[in-house]
Amino acid sequence: MAFICNLLALTLIGFSVWTNSIPTEPVSTSNASDLGRGQKLFVAHCALCHGIGATGGRGPALNHPELRRAADDQALFRVIRNGIEETEMPGAWQLTDNEIKDVVEYVRSLGRNEVIKLQGDPARGKTYYEGKGSCGTCHIVDGRGGNLGPDLTNIGARRSAAYLREALVDPGASVPEEFLIVSIVTRDGNRIRGIRINEDSFTIQLRDSSGVFQSLRKSNISELKKEFNSSLMPGYRDSLNSSEIDDLVAFLAGLRGQR
Amino acid sequence: MKMNHLLVISVCLLFPYVVVGQVPYKRILNASSEPGNWLTYSGNFQAHRFSPLKEITPDNVSRLRPVWIYQIEARTRFETSPVVVDGIMYVTEPPTKVTAIDLRTGRSLWRWQRPMPMLIRTIGFGPTNRGVAILDDTVFVGTLDCHLIALDAKSGAVRWDTRVGDNATGHSITAAPLAIDGKIIVGISGGEAGIRGFLDAYDARTGKQLWRHWTIPGPGEPGHETWHGDSWKTGGAPTWVTGSYDPDLNLIYWGTGNPGPDWNGDPRPGDNLYSCSLLAIDASTGKLKWHFQFTPHDVHDWDATEIPVLMDIVIGGQARKVVAMANRNAFYYLLDRATGEFLLGVPYAKQTWAKGLDARGRPVVLPGTEPTVEGNLVWPSLQGATNWFSPSYNPINKLFYVAVREMGAYYYKGEADYKPGTFFAGGGERALAGDKASGAIRALEGETGKLKWEFRLQSPPWAGVLSTAGGVVFSGSDEGNFYAIDALTGKPLWDFQTGGQIVANPISFQIDGRQQVAIAAGHSLFVFGLQ
Repeated sequence: MAFICNLLALTLIGFSVWTNSIPTEPVSTSNASDLGRGQKLFVAHCALCHGIGATGGRGPALNHPELRRAADDQALFRVIRNGIEETEMPGAWQLTDNEIKDVVEYVRSLGRNEVIKLQGDPARGKTYYEGKGSCGTCHIVDGRGGNLGPDLTNIGARRSAAYLREALVDPGASVPEEFLIVSIVTRDGNRIRGIRINEDSFTIQLRDSSGVFQSLRKSNISELKKEFNSSLMPGYRDSLNSSEIDDLVAFLAGLRGQR
Repeated sequence: MKMNHLLVISVCLLFPYVVVGQVPYKRILNASSEPGNWLTYSGNFQAHRFSPLKEITPDNVSRLRPVWIYQIEARTRFETSPVVVDGIMYVTEPPTKVTAIDLRTGRSLWRWQRPMPMLIRTIGFGPTNRGVAILDDTVFVGTLDCHLIALDAKSGAVRWDTRVGDNATGHSITAAPLAIDGKIIVGISGGEAGIRGFLDAYDARTGKQLWRHWTIPGPGEPGHETWHGDSWKTGGAPTWVTGSYDPDLNLIYWGTGNPGPDWNGDPRPGDNLYSCSLLAIDASTGKLKWHFQFTPHDVHDWDATEIPVLMDIVIGGQARKVVAMANRNAFYYLLDRATGEFLLGVPYAKQTWAKGLDARGRPVVLPGTEPTVEGNLVWPSLQGATNWFSPSYNPINKLFYVAVREMGAYYYKGEADYKPGTFFAGGGERALAGDKASGAIRALEGETGKLKWEFRLQSPPWAGVLSTAGGVVFSGSDEGNFYAIDALTGKPLWDFQTGGQIVANPISFQIDGRQQVAIAAGHSLFVFGLQ
């Protein structure tokens, strides 16, 4: 049946069966077959965002002994089963309890590996953020800055260092869907380019490059182009050298505040 | 339960035309002759979801404005398709509530709510309900805890309460019942819980079961050989969307859902009859007259519970009584509704799983399209090229309007251990979302399935379609737009932002001689009329 399976595999009136289904006993001790199966499941269901080997990507790296959202195995089980509200992390409704336990085992096994420290200096990175990079013109940290780009207050908890580096060097490589650039030509010849805020079958709202909200009916648009691999953010490949980018990545990776 | 007898009596005294709930079978049989009402889930037994009303036209639809808005208390999806009788609208609200609403003002006349136990299993779907049936002076509703309830149409008082199945094993009712002559037909949900599906008929006056038709044949019955070992006992094939009825043939047409476990077919080799099938069932006996299986041995969760639409058309110069279905598997089918003979099958949406259909309508499945542990990208997604939300058939222009989901998905195969009352699916999907997916309203020539026009939608929809004799097609979007398009050209005519996702079917009716259109959106029911 499963007409809408997204997050509603099993529901309760008042309480969630998911919560009840969380094992109260410790997740089983690891063995080779569990880890092997957990790795396979991780590659299929998790690696798209968290990277092969959980080294991070669009989602945070998970190859650490301590995970911010999952203090213990049961908490990690809950995160995988239910997802995290108001983030891009969905619940894994399609996995059985046993399969999730195997994924938990696999992720925990990665945390036993030695953690590689970032090369850059976060203090120097902060000076580039505020000075040479002018990042605050478009980004908010702790409530201060411009709103043309994503809020970075907790970016270090959400994105891996590798992802952050790529975003600085090649901003168009991985643009979040909520920051898609659209170029519009209206029927009376006006050209508008900006970040899409909403779009439905009849209207579109965007924030143009000067931060002004624009609301248009599609019937008044003659051309609507979506720039999937484009960003309003300038690439820093030429304006910062490699070591400066390392410093900026180290600063951003340390931003783990509450939004 | 809250009853407001005085208010109902007052309404009857003040407005003499209101004769609450007198709906003999013959009125439903001839529903198209009283277009001011909407007497059954799909508008008529043929499941056309077509209104013969003509007041709203392409020329004046831009003057549609909200007349009233009714808000519900629940915060889960509001998927009701209302029934309208003589100035009163009957809606279901989640989780299991029935409200009678004054059609003129939108104020409630009575409410009935079934107390739900703390633990309700709605495995593979949400705590929702899609509508009621009415017959004589009784309103009928299925409940999440799997009972069929008869309510006095004047007060909401319970007349009888019959247990249909056991919610502890994942049985539940979300579909509107179908009321025919003296019988209430009710389908069952639970295809992700490893139930054995069935379709039931109950005596409308007493609630006594008249027959049960198991959708998976038991030992010794034809079709049982298409299951391996005991897999038939947990094989699914639920009946979770309301079917249609041909009174001349005395046949009920009802679709069946996926076999279980959904995405891991290993425990159930074979065609798995009668999953993913259309069943023609004798309304008097519950016996199977014929069946047609759209997707043998389904492993993508492509239930065949879409609305079976009855059409009288001409094919090759010959008048034919057919049943049409835009199936979740992306093919549009025509079958002879007396015999089940396959007449036509053509794709109406993107699909990458079948080379085509053979001469008997069986799909020629492409290799390498099954779910895998690593994930396998296939169109359509498990939600299908369409789903439970209704299509519409306009018998005047012979166009079949369907809300289409253009979305692919990576299908995963996983383990499948049956434990009663738990998710029994053997995998799942990761659908291509955002700008990688889209939707459309497509107008197909009913007789050929050929595309006449399409209206593109930003997202794959969850709303059904209503067409009218006035030449307008209504539907809703995921982004909350309720809209009208031209029935002959697909040109957009009017839209209104309701503020909530639309996961429901529209209807049309009259009050005080004026045509109105209703749709559930977000957590409200909107009624529109011409300004």
